Amino acid sequence: MQKNLNGKIAVIIAILVVFLYGIFGIPHGGLKESITRRIHLGLDLRGGTHIVLQVKTAEAVAASSDNDMVRAQDAASKVAPGAHATKPEPSQPVIVVSGVPVNNMSAVKDALSATEFSAYDLASTADGYKMTMKLAEVKDLRERTLETSIETIRSRVDSLGVAEPVIQKYGLGEDQILVELPGIDNADHVRDVIQSTARLEIHEVTGGPFTTEQDAQMQLQPDSVLVQGGNALGDQSWWSLKRIAVVQGPDFRDARASQDEAGRPDVSFTLTTGAGDRFYAYTSTNIGKQMAIVLDNKVREVANINGAIRDQGQISGGGFTKQTAGDLSLMLRTGSLPASIVFLETHTVGPSLGATSIRQGVIASVVGMMAVMIFMLIYYKGAGINADLALILNLVILLGFMGFTGSTLTLPGIAGVILTIGMGVDSNVLIFERIREEIRAGKNASASVFGGFEHAWQTILDTHVTTIVSALILFFVGTGPVRGFAVTLMFGLLANLFTAVFVSRVIFDSILQRKTRGEALSI
Amino acid sequence: MEFFRDSNIDWLSKKWLFLGFSLIFSVAGVLSMLFWNHIPVGIDFKGGTQVRVSFPQQPNEEHLRTAMDRAGIHDASIQRLNGANGYEAVITLPETSDSNSDSARATVVKALNSNYTDSTNKVEDAYTVGPTAGKQLTRQAGWAILWSLLGMLAYLWFRFEFIYGAAAVIAVFHDTLITIGAFSLTNQEITLTVIAAILTLVGYSMNDTIVVFDRIRENLQLMRRATLSEVVNKSINQTLSRTLLTSGLTFLTVLALYLFGGEVLHGFSFALVIGILIGTYSSIAVAAPMLVAYTDWRSSKGKSSGLQAGRKATA
Repeated sequence: MQKNLNGKIAVIIAILVVFLYGIFGIPHGGLKESITRRIHLGLDLRGGTHIVLQVKTAEAVAASSDNDMVRAQDAASKVAPGAHATKPEPSQPVIVVSGVPVNNMSAVKDALSATEFSAYDLASTADGYKMTMKLAEVKDLRERTLETSIETIRSRVDSLGVAEPVIQKYGLGEDQILVELPGIDNADHVRDVIQSTARLEIHEVTGGPFTTEQDAQMQLQPDSVLVQGGNALGDQSWWSLKRIAVVQGPDFRDARASQDEAGRPDVSFTLTTGAGDRFYAYTSTNIGKQMAIVLDNKVREVANINGAIRDQGQISGGGFTKQTAGDLSLMLRTGSLPASIVFLETHTVGPSLGATSIRQGVIASVVGMMAVMIFMLIYYKGAGINADLALILNLVILLGFMGFTGSTLTLPGIAGVILTIGMGVDSNVLIFERIREEIRAGKNASASVFGGFEHAWQTILDTHVTTIVSALILFFVGTGPVRGFAVTLMFGLLANLFTAVFVSRVIFDSILQRKTRGEALSI
Repeated sequence: MEFFRDSNIDWLSKKWLFLGFSLIFSVAGVLSMLFWNHIPVGIDFKGGTQVRVSFPQQPNEEHLRTAMDRAGIHDASIQRLNGANGYEAVITLPETSDSNSDSARATVVKALNSNYTDSTNKVEDAYTVGPTAGKQLTRQAGWAILWSLLGMLAYLWFRFEFIYGAAAVIAVFHDTLITIGAFSLTNQEITLTVIAAILTLVGYSMNDTIVVFDRIRENLQLMRRATLSEVVNKSINQTLSRTLLTSGLTFLTVLALYLFGGEVLHGFSFALVIGILIGTYSSIAVAAPMLVAYTDWRSSKGKSSGLQAGRKATA
């Protein structure tokens, strides 16, 4: 018994040390710094901006099938002149190839079932084929879009110099991203930078500018698309541009803010080697023609090709400030977003409110806990010490858990801590009341302690399992504050099973051991 | 020190009193939800923009309203309160469309800055929720509650008997209804944190009920000759000391949260203060009597009237 008990005490002390390490780590700096380095505080506690955004992944799917439509057109018309590829529903990844003469059907079928169209299911129609993107491919494309978006947003936020940002998938949906920017309490600029799609393309101009949309529609060249002007050109201008871009997004290698001859801010870009060669070939054969720099589907600038250009260019054309030129070059450097973004939720907490919340939460926890501890001492005398030690150890384990797992402590999390204190007290009360009943029934101290724990154990297990079940469900179904609450509650209850049942029992046993036979228990 | 030693109260004889009490509160809450304040949900669920600003002096509500009007915001609700950082005003805008949600916040801030040139006002908290997010959260919260109830029912079914699980879930439903009713009656906003609190109270109330049920199960073994009413009464009395002690202490911590936890946690702690009172009451006055009512109903139909002690206990 003695040896066993010493072993148990050693286990408890070891656990205490391990979880104290979980809270403080190897302490250096002040106490406060040591804790906050281990236990992450939620933005509601330290101030900052919390953004939940949705990536319109369907846009990326539609854009991908737009490209495929052009390729299908090329592939089909090569073997069957007159074949025409269209998308009946622009947002759906369904391409219809029509106008195929009967004797060319099998040649077109071969062309369209080539490996480059393996993402599509092929079905024959009266005068051609219907290509539908496979579901697995759509899902894959959406996932890749989300991943790319996260990467792009991350590099943009990093370049802005936000310390410790969190950028990750969020919620149950497959298209949401959580962005947390600690310390940023004026988030409008960051939001603008995040939101910009920054898709830069250079197209050949086939007509324009037109002053009304109807005019432009009527004079639209074949193989061309209608694009509206933006910024300095104004939205009362339309251009007819060749559908396929000369250079686009991935062809840009670098971009930086610079100045033109007159000292006005502009943006210089550099193309990749391959794209530079292509651009050289294009510009040297098209001198005198016009090309348009298109940013996010708006014509930003129209320039004459005066000579061959290899890999250097500028976007000027007025309207830039130092800030917007800097932002645009940042967005071009970090790549374009594959789809546009909608902000679902933006929450900005000022640092002073965060600090106040921490103070109030801690005061409330300490006041509540002190009141409970004092009451337990008065009500249960000696055994009250057991309960109080168990409570303190419970708190240490709970916070240590959070330190080890890197969980974030939020305001609802503090509330979860307070509830854990309540459940911890309940376990002690259940045990103590049972021990008192045993004593009233005339049993001796040692038998009463044994019986008390024995009887209370079932009930404690039932109550804890029930609450852990609901905390688990909350963790998996819930998001945000609900989750923060579930985490602390779950850790707290697990810790409580250990402290209220095992630790408290060991304390009782070591007290019993020092007592002479027949001496009453202080409870 | 000890309270309630050997209490011998006939709880079941008061069932009509309890039934009346429960009915008054739940009906009042339901009526308020249907006809009066409805369910006052926060922008977490309905979408919108909320900006919390602190001022060095008590802000003039008329002045604020004019400032908002001038900025083209006509449907804002303005609420003044005393925050921890001085005087505060909460300006809430309903959600109109996805694109608007983005700029509404900026407009409010701009309106404030142009009308309070000393710039001593500070934006403490700015919160924008789009309508899609709101709908998603409402659905998610609903599922979370439903699933946790089912999870608990399943566990109790496994550990006791189905009727115990059903009685406990009905008691918890009763508590939730009355708590949400209290929010409706006092017209306090239900936010995401309040949902967390309601789930906490579900866990807490369930906890209380299980303690009583465990005693009933144990006493069914010990008091084989007694009627079920006697067993239930005795079980409630035996656990009474514990029930009141635990509830009292938990109430103490929650009260500390309500008093010192600050404005941000106000709704949360309000739900818990109500929830602990009602959860304690329901484990004694709703859940346990329901077991008796069930067996009475069964025996009136001529079926066996005995309540099984549960598989685990008899083993």
